[in-house]
Amino acid sequence: MTAYRLASGGVIDRSSTLSFKFDGRAMKGHPGDTLASALLANDQLLVGRSFKYHRPRGIVTAGPSEPNALVTIGEGAATDPNTKATVAELYAGLDARSQNRWPSLKHDIGALNGLLSPFLSAGFYYKTFMWPAAFWEKVYEPLIRRAAGLGRTVLEHDPHSYEKCWAHCDLLVVGAGPTGLMAALTAGRAGLRVILADEDFRLGGSLLAETTRIDHRPAMDFAEACLAELRALPHVTIMPRTTVFGWYDDNVFGAVERVQKHVVAPQAKLPVERLWRIVAKRALLATGAEERPLVFGGNDRPGVMMAGAMRTYANRFGVAAGRSVAIFTNGSAGYGTASDLAAHEIEVAAIIDSRDAPLDAAPAGVRVIPSASVIDTRGRQRVCGLVVERAGFEETIACDAIGMSGGWNPVIHLACQRGAKAVWSPELSTFLAPDLGSGLVVAGSAAGRYSLGGCLEDGAERAARIAADLGFSTASNPLPAVGEEVDPSFTALWYSPGAKAKAFVDFQNDVHVKDLGLALREGFGHVEHAKRYTTTGMATDQGKLSAINATGLLAGMQGISPADVGTTTFRPFYTPVAFGALAGTSRDEHAAPVRKSPLYGWAEKNGAAFVDSGLWYRPAFFARHGEKTWRDSTDREVVNVRQHVGLCDVSTLGKIEIFGPDAAEFLNRLYCNPFLKLPVGKARYGLMLREDGIAYDDGTTSRLSPQHFVMTTTTALAGGVMSHLEYCAQVVWPELKVRFCSSTDQWAQMAIAGPKSRLVLQALVEDDVSDAAFPFLSAAVVTLKGGLNARLFRISFSGELAYELAVPAGLGEAVADAIMEEGRGHGICAYGLEALNVLRIEKGHVTHAEFDGRVTPDDAGFGRMVSAQKTDFIGKRLSTRYGLTAADRMQMVGLKPVETDQHIRAGAHLLREGAKASTLNDQGYVSSACYSPTLGHDIALAFLKSGRERYGERVVVWDKLSGGDTVAEICHPVFVDPGNTRLKV
Amino acid sequence: MASLIHCPHCGVRPSQEFSIRGDASVVRPAPEASDEAWHEYVHIRSNPHGRHREHWQHVAGCRRGLVVERDTFTHDVFSVTDGAAVAREGGR
Ligand SMILES: [Zn+2]
Repeated sequence: MTAYRLASGGVIDRSSTLSFKFDGRAMKGHPGDTLASALLANDQLLVGRSFKYHRPRGIVTAGPSEPNALVTIGEGAATDPNTKATVAELYAGLDARSQNRWPSLKHDIGALNGLLSPFLSAGFYYKTFMWPAAFWEKVYEPLIRRAAGLGRTVLEHDPHSYEKCWAHCDLLVVGAGPTGLMAALTAGRAGLRVILADEDFRLGGSLLAETTRIDHRPAMDFAEACLAELRALPHVTIMPRTTVFGWYDDNVFGAVERVQKHVVAPQAKLPVERLWRIVAKRALLATGAEERPLVFGGNDRPGVMMAGAMRTYANRFGVAAGRSVAIFTNGSAGYGTASDLAAHEIEVAAIIDSRDAPLDAAPAGVRVIPSASVIDTRGRQRVCGLVVERAGFEETIACDAIGMSGGWNPVIHLACQRGAKAVWSPELSTFLAPDLGSGLVVAGSAAGRYSLGGCLEDGAERAARIAADLGFSTASNPLPAVGEEVDPSFTALWYSPGAKAKAFVDFQNDVHVKDLGLALREGFGHVEHAKRYTTTGMATDQGKLSAINATGLLAGMQGISPADVGTTTFRPFYTPVAFGALAGTSRDEHAAPVRKSPLYGWAEKNGAAFVDSGLWYRPAFFARHGEKTWRDSTDREVVNVRQHVGLCDVSTLGKIEIFGPDAAEFLNRLYCNPFLKLPVGKARYGLMLREDGIAYDDGTTSRLSPQHFVMTTTTALAGGVMSHLEYCAQVVWPELKVRFCSSTDQWAQMAIAGPKSRLVLQALVEDDVSDAAFPFLSAAVVTLKGGLNARLFRISFSGELAYELAVPAGLGEAVADAIMEEGRGHGICAYGLEALNVLRIEKGHVTHAEFDGRVTPDDAGFGRMVSAQKTDFIGKRLSTRYGLTAADRMQMVGLKPVETDQHIRAGAHLLREGAKASTLNDQGYVSSACYSPTLGHDIALAFLKSGRERYGERVVVWDKLSGGDTVAEICHPVFVDPGNTRLKV
Repeated sequence: MASLIHCPHCGVRPSQEFSIRGDASVVRPAPEASDEAWHEYVHIRSNPHGRHREHWQHVAGCRRGLVVERDTFTHDVFSVTDGAAVAREGGR
């Protein structure tokens, strides 16, 4: 037992005990603990295995930069892998498991990789797993994936809920340490709307581990007083457990709030995490500074920690990292830690200082070894000593923990996420954020002002300047008085010379100094190349600890300044964010809106099987008792429509009301066929082109009054056509007096088709719907019996005598019910999308299966419809260009199998008989195909080179997907009633 | 891409509410214009590194077409103007 809970101290609630489990072992901690501090209190130093060599690894930090202490928390579907124990808040019932080990943390087979390490050098993956190529999928990748563990995700459905919010403020303060608290106070007192966000569950940052007194009281008390005042200020919002992970354009910040990650059973009414987009007029980055690790032989052995983390564990959590701690430092901070540990009566074995003549005062009785280097550590799964080298002499010093302090790195991640490059400061031996303009200001330790007094002052000053900039006046409050402080200066040490064991740079990805040297020798010395070649900084911690040392080492090896090496690119996210949080509520059935037709209820009670059609649920077919497949139902529905009558929901078609004195002119320019002289009371088929001459969308448009048209579009392009119209009216022809709005959702529209459709309809409509009074292509407002006004169109997609009736959406179901009731005596049936499709293929009508973005009007047989008289319409000019008028273009034809029991499927390609299947020999393709119950065999619409000249010829329908080839005869694309005799009765 | 767009009709709105149609420097030629002019209009779009004028539409808002002048590199937005107003002035 070496790490242990101190008898007193720390901001933990010792009166209460929390039980938790680690790898199945029961342990105890206190409220206020992180999982890491509780593990240390239970002397559980070994927490994971490294990525490549599976070396035993222990807790290194006390914060979000932790490379080693990644654990899996939770069970089953609620499993959360790769959680940093150093930030995970302890709660009763927490169940954590270590990762990347097999069969157990103590005995890990993968550790054999360590013996193979001479072969696992930098670029190993690139060099070894190159060939044979066939080995990649079956051998190499599974092997790497199993060995390169980290946490495993689970495939079960995440039971938690997440949500997204926007927030707006004058000033966003990121980090609630001394700088952030002073900034928030200053701005809050001046009346700014302030958001203070901090990733920790307890706010105060470094003040929580600080022993220097502020205003003659403990720093923690000062932090609490600041927070109490902030809570009382009306415009200040304090957001604990909130990580600001990204800085985006227009000063929008992304943040994730862990609402219920610290409870064993989250409440269903609250999200587990909340994703915030914070629009901040100004932002102040008070993210502090990270202590820099030292690169020395054996520096990855469990028990080697950041000195500052040891100080935090002792002061904030009341936990000693060891009974006898050695400190390896290159600056004064190491002495500060030593003093704090000594104050907790933890033995300090020695202070090893890389500097020649340090002036710092060590705690009484502690030996200081200056000009020295740690060259190795002793122990297996935890440190039991270290080897110091000084002036050629080696000495072994017994200790059970080593604190390393290599200087400071300001946390400038957010500041560099939008392309600005970090700037090297020779004075501070670190990278600082560049000047970023007024939107984001960096303050305190994050700006290289490391002293406590400096942080308090900087936070207050910069916030006051922001307040003044935004027009607020600030009262000058005296700065808090700060007691005696440790000097934060240090002398950079990139590599502790003389290492007798691997000196690690990146703990999580097992990158050591020699790997960087190899990368440099092999031509991958650029910092971005070295990162990828060695994988340094590529682990889940993204190099928060390692990147600066990698830069320093690459500089040292080349004899250049770190300024010339630079940093790798900073990108969001600062720390990993769960996909669930990013998705928010947009998942499962809420991933996209669900659109239900106003006739959904009618369809449902008539036994519809629904199919997703874009956002819509549309009835595919209406199965009746005894029908085994969709085909049984569809065939019956088709025959019923051709023989009797059917009712189909066509409400999903796009509907646009168009008004204005120039409405006719507008439509005339939109469609390729004429609309100017469409009489009132008439419907016309309209075909729209794209400006490049290709067919875009079609539908019927009716004139209800001289200045009022109603356009229908296909279901799929209802939104696209609306935007197209808006663009044309607003940008292309702003001079036209026309207004329009979508009414797709306002109308329930029903197709009533079949020879008996008039009989059914006349019983329901007051107006005369006979052929004489209401001939083909009529359109009018009619009165239904009972007085309801409705729109009636005599149009037909099926080729039968047919009408489309539109009624206000809310009355759709009642009207449909009435039609079904009235039609019962005439043998009416409900028919779905499948039957609709068969009916239209039999009639040779096109859909977007035909208008697929490659087809011109002429290709589809509409060539004569395109107006030559009109001076202009969208697509006119380019529709006459050479490529679109070539004689051998593919033209729409019909196909029927020569052997009528053979099948044709859409997507098949067409070949001349005897021709080899090749792209060169490709003659065309099948766009739509179905079984025609009317004809008793398969039929298809297809596009075939010069097809209209080839009726009667045979082609091979080549279908590699279903395996078979079918010989088909080319025919006219209208299979049923080419003379339109059934339509106009 | 900007995070926020100042729609002249709706105020400051998230850019997710808008759809982008591209280069606003193209103006639809007269029907009798040269083949070259029509080819340019239909097929050629400038894609500058820097200042650029684009057609945007506030699809989840007022549904107006807008001309957004922005910097494709710095993502600064210089102006957002109603598309019809721009078109009436000849597209510039
Ligand atoms: Zn708008």
